[in-house]
Amino acid sequence: MEQVIANGLYLGAQYALIALGLTLIFALMNVLNFAHGQMYVLGGFVTYAIYGQLKLPFVVALLCSGVTLAIFGALMEKFLFRTVIRRSKREESTMLLAAATAFFLDAVVLLLFGEKQRGVPKIISGVFVSERVILPYDRILVGVIAILMIAAFMLFMQYSKPGRAMRALAQDRVAAQLMGVKVERYSMIGFALGAMLAGVVGGLLVSITGVNSGIGGPISIKAFLMVMIGGAGVVGGAIAGGFILGMMESVGLTVLREYGDITYLVIFALLMIFLSIRPHGLMGKPWG
Amino acid sequence: MGSEMINRRSTLKSLALGAVSFLAIAAGGAFSAQAENKELKIGFVGVTSGPAAAWGTSNVRSMQTRADWLNEMGGVKIGEDTYNVTIVTFDDQKDPKRAIAGMEKMAQEGIHYVVGPNVDDGAAAVRPVAESKGIIYFPYAFPKALYTPPASNAVLGMVANYQSGPAIYKYLKENKGVKKVAFIAANESDPLSQRDSGVAAAKELGLEVVAEKDTYQNDTRDFTPVLTPIVQLKPDLLVLSGVAPANAPLLIRAARELGYEGLISAETAQDATVLQEGAGELANGFISVGGASTPEIRTPVMEEFIDRYTKKFGEYNDESNTKVYALEYIIETLKANPKAIDDVDEFKKTVDTFSAPNPYAKDSTLKYVGTTSFGQKRQLSVPMVVTEFKDGGFQTLFVGEVD
Repeated sequence: MEQVIANGLYLGAQYALIALGLTLIFALMNVLNFAHGQMYVLGGFVTYAIYGQLKLPFVVALLCSGVTLAIFGALMEKFLFRTVIRRSKREESTMLLAAATAFFLDAVVLLLFGEKQRGVPKIISGVFVSERVILPYDRILVGVIAILMIAAFMLFMQYSKPGRAMRALAQDRVAAQLMGVKVERYSMIGFALGAMLAGVVGGLLVSITGVNSGIGGPISIKAFLMVMIGGAGVVGGAIAGGFILGMMESVGLTVLREYGDITYLVIFALLMIFLSIRPHGLMGKPWG
Repeated sequence: MGSEMINRRSTLKSLALGAVSFLAIAAGGAFSAQAENKELKIGFVGVTSGPAAAWGTSNVRSMQTRADWLNEMGGVKIGEDTYNVTIVTFDDQKDPKRAIAGMEKMAQEGIHYVVGPNVDDGAAAVRPVAESKGIIYFPYAFPKALYTPPASNAVLGMVANYQSGPAIYKYLKENKGVKKVAFIAANESDPLSQRDSGVAAAKELGLEVVAEKDTYQNDTRDFTPVLTPIVQLKPDLLVLSGVAPANAPLLIRAARELGYEGLISAETAQDATVLQEGAGELANGFISVGGASTPEIRTPVMEEFIDRYTKKFGEYNDESNTKVYALEYIIETLKANPKAIDDVDEFKKTVDTFSAPNPYAKDSTLKYVGTTSFGQKRQLSVPMVVTEFKDGGFQTLFVGEVD
C-alpha cells in the first residue's frame, strides 16, 4: 500500500505541475488552451536537444525550455489571442485558435524532431529500496522539484507585483483595469508564464518519461481533467485536481487490476457524477 | 550605315532563332526523356501522425527511399514498359473512417496496390472499399478474417504475433527456463487481441500465466503504477503484447526500476535507438521480433538501403527492416505478371507460384506464404528474426520462417 501511495503522490505532483499553466491561462484570459500539451511536448524536445544531443547540463536545458516557451507564449498572446479577443466576442473563436495552434505545433514538432520516442540520460542514477517502497532517485528528485516549483509559483502569485496584478485580472478584468492594472501587459506575462510552466514540466519529465511528437493531445486532455476536478481557473484547484487524479490512478490500477482496464472507466464515471453535483469543480466558483 | 544596321539586325535575328531552336531541341529532348517512362502509382494509407506515427512513417519513408532509388536507376521494367514509381500517401491518423477515405482516394487515383493500414480496425474498415474497387492492400494488422477466404484482397505485410509468439515462448521455455509468464497490453484492439493469442499460446505450451488482464492506456507516460502489482507476482517472463515502440522503453525502465529481474519480450518490431535513449542498459536482454534484418543476415543491398534512408531522412528506423519489403513484393510480382498492373485478379493468380531472390536478406527468397494460418497465400514471407537488445543494438537469437 505504501508503494501505491508513493506512486500516487509522485504522479500527483507531476500532474499538478502540468495543470498549473493551463489553469493560469484560463483564469487570466478565459481561454481554453488546447495547445497546452503541445507546449509541454515542445519543452520536452528543447531539453532533449540541449541535454540529450548537445550534452549541455540539464539545468541549462531546463532553462532553455522555459525561456523558449515563455517567448513562444508571449508571442502567441500578443499576435494571436489578443487580436482574436479584440475582434471577436464569441468564446469559441479563441478555442478554435487554440485548437489550430495545437495542430500546427503537432505538425511542426513532427517535422523538426521526427516521429520517434525520444529520451535523455537519467539525471541521477540509483533506486531507493526499502521493505515497503521502491522509488528511483530521479523520480524522487523530480517529485521534489515539482513540489518546490508549485510552492514558488504560489508564492510568486501571492506576493509579487505581477502575481497580484494577474490575480486581480483573474478576479475582475474591468475592475483591475480601472485600478490601473495594465491588462495587455499582464495578460501577456500570464500567458508566457503558463506556457513556460508547460515547457519546464515537459523538460523536467523528459528525463523520466521521454517525449514524442504525438503525446500533446493526451497530455492536454489529462490536464483538462485535473482542472475540471479542481475548478477551472483556480490555482489551488489545479493542484488538488492533479493530486486527486494521480492518487485515483495509482489506487485504481492496483485495486481494480483483476477486472481489466476499468480504472479510467471508474474515474470518468466518478467524474461525471461529481460534475453533475458540483459542475464548477472542488474550488471553482459557480459564477466563473 | 543602313546595311550595317540590317546586318546587325539579321545577325541578332539569327542568334535569337538559334537560341530558340536550341532551347526547343533541349526542352524537347528533356520531355522525350521523361516521356520514356510511364508512371506506376503505389499507395500508402496508414498512420503518420499522433502517438503511433512511427509505424506509418517507417512505411512511407521505406517506400519513398526505395522508389527514389529505383527511379534513379532508370525505373522499373514491367513487361514491355518502364515505369517510374510514385508513392501516393494518405495519413489516416489511426482512424478507421479516415482509412476508408484514404482508400477511396487511392481508388479515385486509379491505384491498385496500397500498403497499409497499420492497425486492425483500419485494415478491417477498408476491406469493402478495396474489394469493390479492385485494390490489393498490405496491412500490418493481424485479424485472420482479413486474409482467410472469402477475403482475398489483403496480404499481411509482416509476421503475426500468433506466428512469432509460440516460437519465442518455446525458445525461452527450453533455453531460459521460463515457467511463469505475465502479460500486459495497451487497452486497444490490436494489443488486446495480440495478448489473447499470446496467452493462449503460452497456456498451450504448459506455461503458467500469472497475469493476463493487466492493461494500460496507450497514452500512459508513467508505467510504475501499472507495473507495481505485476512485478510483485515475480513472473519469469513479462510479455509486452503489441507494445508500441514509444511505450516499450518506458515499460522496460519502470519494470526494472521496480526491481523486476526476469525476462521481458514483445512480438512487435522495436527501434534500437528508441530503446537505448529511453531505457539505456536497463533494456539489455529485451527480446523482440526485431525487424526482418540484423547485420548477420543483411545483404549489401540492405546496407545500401539503410544508407540511402539515413541520408534522405537523417535517421534510420529499425522498423523499416520489415517495412522495406511490401513495395519490393508489389514490384516483383508485377514484373512476374505484367497483366497484374491493372488487374488484381491476375495478381491473385500469381501469388501462388511467385518466387524471386530476396535482395535484402542472405539465403532468402521472396514468396507469398500464409497457407497454414489463413488457408491461402496472403502473407509476405519476411525473415522472422528474434533478437535480443544489447548495448544499443539488436543481436540475433534465432531466425525462423513462416509457412
